[in-house]
Amino acid sequence: MNIVVCVNHVPDTEAKIKVASDNLSIDKAGVNFMLSPYDEIAIEEGLRMREKFKGEVVAITLGSDAHKETLRKALAMGVDKAVLLKDDGLRDSFGVAFGLAEEIKQRNPDVVLFGRQSIDYDDAQVGTLVAEMLGLPSVAVVVKLELQDGKAVCEREIEGGHEVVATTLPAVFLAQKGLNEPRYPSLKGIMAAKSKPIEEKSAAQSELRVETVQMRKPPAKGAGKILGTDKSAVPELIRLLHEEAKVI
Amino acid sequence: MNILAFAEQRDNKFKKSSFETVKAARGIADQLGAECVALVIGSGVEGIAEILGGYGASRVVVVDDAKLAQHSNTAFAKVIAAVATKEGSQYVFLPASQMGKDLAPRVAVKLEAGLAADCVALKVEAGEIVATRPIYAGKALIDVRVKTASKVFTLRPNVFTAGAGQDGSAKVEKIGVVLDASDFGSTVKDVKVSAGRPDVTEADIIVSGGRGMKGPENFNLIESLADVLGAGVGASRAVVDAGWRPHDEQVGQTGKTVSPTMYVACGISGAVQHLAGMSSSKYIVAINKDKDAPIFQIADYGIVGDVFDVLPELTTQLKAALGK
Repeated sequence: MNIVVCVNHVPDTEAKIKVASDNLSIDKAGVNFMLSPYDEIAIEEGLRMREKFKGEVVAITLGSDAHKETLRKALAMGVDKAVLLKDDGLRDSFGVAFGLAEEIKQRNPDVVLFGRQSIDYDDAQVGTLVAEMLGLPSVAVVVKLELQDGKAVCEREIEGGHEVVATTLPAVFLAQKGLNEPRYPSLKGIMAAKSKPIEEKSAAQSELRVETVQMRKPPAKGAGKILGTDKSAVPELIRLLHEEAKVI
Repeated sequence: MNILAFAEQRDNKFKKSSFETVKAARGIADQLGAECVALVIGSGVEGIAEILGGYGASRVVVVDDAKLAQHSNTAFAKVIAAVATKEGSQYVFLPASQMGKDLAPRVAVKLEAGLAADCVALKVEAGEIVATRPIYAGKALIDVRVKTASKVFTLRPNVFTAGAGQDGSAKVEKIGVVLDASDFGSTVKDVKVSAGRPDVTEADIIVSGGRGMKGPENFNLIESLADVLGAGVGASRAVVDAGWRPHDEQVGQTGKTVSPTMYVACGISGAVQHLAGMSSSKYIVAINKDKDAPIFQIADYGIVGDVFDVLPELTTQLKAALGK
């Protein structure tokens, strides 16, 4: 089985985000970057498929040289090959998807895995864009995935429940938390990852479809009222919720 | 010129986010001098279409086909793109619900459109829509402009106001779109509905618990308060990782980003990634015994006290106040 996992290199969830002086991007100084957490679940799922069906797992990322760190993590977890589609510029989600799709197209995978969303731009659209560009079916927010005889049956999260979705392969799946518990890279894996090659090529270009006018911080929400230190504050809380906030 | 607003229905009932989307589309259409056309897709849905007039649609296009009884992102996207093309729609709006997020990218590719996803504000500047979308789970915002001729926007649920439906007089037009087996790349075979409480992404009120709840057995206190308020139940990453609560309740950067009218944080200190996921709530109530907990920096109303003391009292008194 030929498996592709698309991964992204994103600021740590605990990072405080500052807007850079261009007002279009974030100030990267002092920010730790990591493999996007949902992509880790996607990698794990790819490795489990390989363990079951044999074959190869290729991790692909699109971005600057800094993304190599994330590819090393993928290699340490156990992927066979890593590809960096180099681009230092700003892209919209369409541009990211286009670059990935052009690369994936040449690899004829049976399965393409993404995380549910990359936790930087959060638009949760790149995986499904790639699927449409490649003319493949897709299932997003997958919490359960079973492959058999060229078909897949998935469960995906929707508001207030799950959908059971059937699809043929090849297909694109977007992994959600709960699909599996990602493994920690072994020491041996980490050491081996250091010497594995990373294939580098330039990412296919496309025209920008969505232009960022400005990036800004959300309006600060100031601290409110402390109403007390025990249950005697409850009547005042209820009064404020009713009279001031009017939420009850 | 028109805006095509996709109104999601499940079991032949519209989602609240569909009304929000149609209403927002109408507001923008008025500013652009455009028409607001709603689109309903499903099987046996013709009868429910008219009420969209009450939210601002001047016409409702219905694609009613037994093959579309269950969701299929490939088939639904084909229908939306076909209708947008037929109607000459320059703009397509969808709710940023799980269904909308599953459709918008496919529609955008088919229409050669740019896509602004999960928008929380839309305005018209010099005849063009400028959309605001949160990034880094709301730690920052970007204002974006879509440059292509066709433009697709998805609107975050619970942010735009639908209000109550008015008496509308939308004209309902049924049209057919030819679909064959190859259009159904993936199909929904079954829907398993979780019992009871609303999902955190749709709930007006969320009662959420963190490590301060001390163990899974104490979440009945959270659930009792949620039930009195008709609220959804949320959880912090720490308690989901500990296995106390299911991951579909997790609020934060690696869970769900929520924008309810009221968020009640119980025993949650407020890690950066949690605050990112809920700080756009309109009102935040925090109950935590640590006065230095970061949650108090964004809470409208705080009680620096023991959740085991405050929470049962709050539930009892609210029950009485609300006559439940």
